[in-house]
Amino acid sequence: MAYPVPGTREPFLATRRLDAWWLAPLAMGISFIVFIIYATWSALHPMGDDPVTYHVQTNYVSPFFSPDLSKFIPGFTWSPALLILWIPAGFRLTCYYGRKAYYRSLTFSPSACAVGKGQREYKGERALPWILNNLHRYFLYIITALVIFHWIHFFDAFRFDGHFGMRLGTLVVAADTIFLTLYVTSCHSLRHLVGGKIDCYSCAAAGMARHHAWKGVSILNDKHNLYFWLSLFTVGFADLYIRMISSGCWQDVRFF
Amino acid sequence: MPRTVKMKVFRGEKGEGAIHDYNVHIDDGMVVLDVIHRIQATQAPDLACRWNCKAGKCGSCSAEVNGKPSLMCMTRMDSLDLEKPITVEPLMTFPHVRDLVTDVSWNYTVNKRIKPFKPKAKEADGTHRMFQYEVDRVQEFRKCIECYLCQTVCHVLRNHGKHEEFAGPRFMIRTASLEMHPLDVEDRVPFIKEEGGIGFCNITKCCTEVCPEHIHITDNGIIPMKERVADRYYDPIKMLFRVLTGK
Repeated sequence: MAYPVPGTREPFLATRRLDAWWLAPLAMGISFIVFIIYATWSALHPMGDDPVTYHVQTNYVSPFFSPDLSKFIPGFTWSPALLILWIPAGFRLTCYYGRKAYYRSLTFSPSACAVGKGQREYKGERALPWILNNLHRYFLYIITALVIFHWIHFFDAFRFDGHFGMRLGTLVVAADTIFLTLYVTSCHSLRHLVGGKIDCYSCAAAGMARHHAWKGVSILNDKHNLYFWLSLFTVGFADLYIRMISSGCWQDVRFF
Repeated sequence: MPRTVKMKVFRGEKGEGAIHDYNVHIDDGMVVLDVIHRIQATQAPDLACRWNCKAGKCGSCSAEVNGKPSLMCMTRMDSLDLEKPITVEPLMTFPHVRDLVTDVSWNYTVNKRIKPFKPKAKEADGTHRMFQYEVDRVQEFRKCIECYLCQTVCHVLRNHGKHEEFAGPRFMIRTASLEMHPLDVEDRVPFIKEEGGIGFCNITKCCTEVCPEHIHITDNGIIPMKERVADRYYDPIKMLFRVLTGK
């Protein structure tokens, strides 16, 4: 048997690993595909008769449809979701953890460590389209505005007919808002921007404050992958929950 | 509990060879390297393997155990499924020498291409001054034992053989350890983009998964370097600012 020499391209998915290496990429791949199908369908099917009305019968606002930028575009009759969903989609697509997840589960580059990739040319992130991942920081800037809208809707979710209250939907909206915030504030680009780029904190302006900021983001960054998935699931479920409440299929449980 | 296990060990020279089967009696607490040594002592005295400290600190006994790049001295036998044969093979990413030994000298040539530490000018009192909190993050990278498991598992080298274009994770963190040092003034960002080929890394984190020193190679080393490369080469606003200000 000839032993593989450097650069040998093992057949696709060939490996001598004995563990269940395929489980994580399979689970991630299924999660991505289910989310993409649901989000696309939901974005193209706004709730209510009016295509830009998306919070019928509730004070909850679906995260897929807020903010409603279609108000600023006269004659825009498509779903308002189409005007904003590119922001979180771009943020997740260029996210350093998101890249690992979809390279492994959707592009199989590689599917898992020490698992074959087959014969294929590889340019990595030095050529289109993946070189565009270097623009992650710009999506960070834009999604920060989106997080602010999520917090506005979070506080709105405590108001029922002008009175303070709490229902199950409040918790659903809260989970979406909190996990999205944690996901964005644990971002690798943010970690770099707040202080990671500095070598000598004692020499830099506001160096100690920026070191503290870098340390804080670093603590959150350690769980960036967890927040990625939690925020993906909770944002999707928040939209589904609000859709079901609005359509009358589900009843919102009232706590007080 | 003492028992007999089936070991499948690659034997051969310069890439030519075959898997050989050995039935080996093992005792409690043994690691894979112990079993290889027992094969040498009892069945195959000419079995070649590289080892030194047997404590996970010299980085010599790297091999692929059941297909996973690992240190043989840190892989306990009781962590493996002993009902199945255990396969031990040399590192796949480097030229094969004999049996479990590979030629890792390519790594030393890459290391030589990295610009060395260049301290800034001394302060008025004739000293260099830095603080522990500033060097904490580069000290993580100094834990590297150069076992080259990260190089071995990296698909850019392993599957695509980009040895000429990509320095590999080990040298990404070596560069990061110098580049982030509070006293260093050398600029290695052009190196890491061009010669180092950081753009080949697609952050799938296999290097981090196999690191026996648990260094956060990707999150703390490669990604911060990618961000510095993005600052310099891919951020249109910063590039425009530099053009306008000449800085």
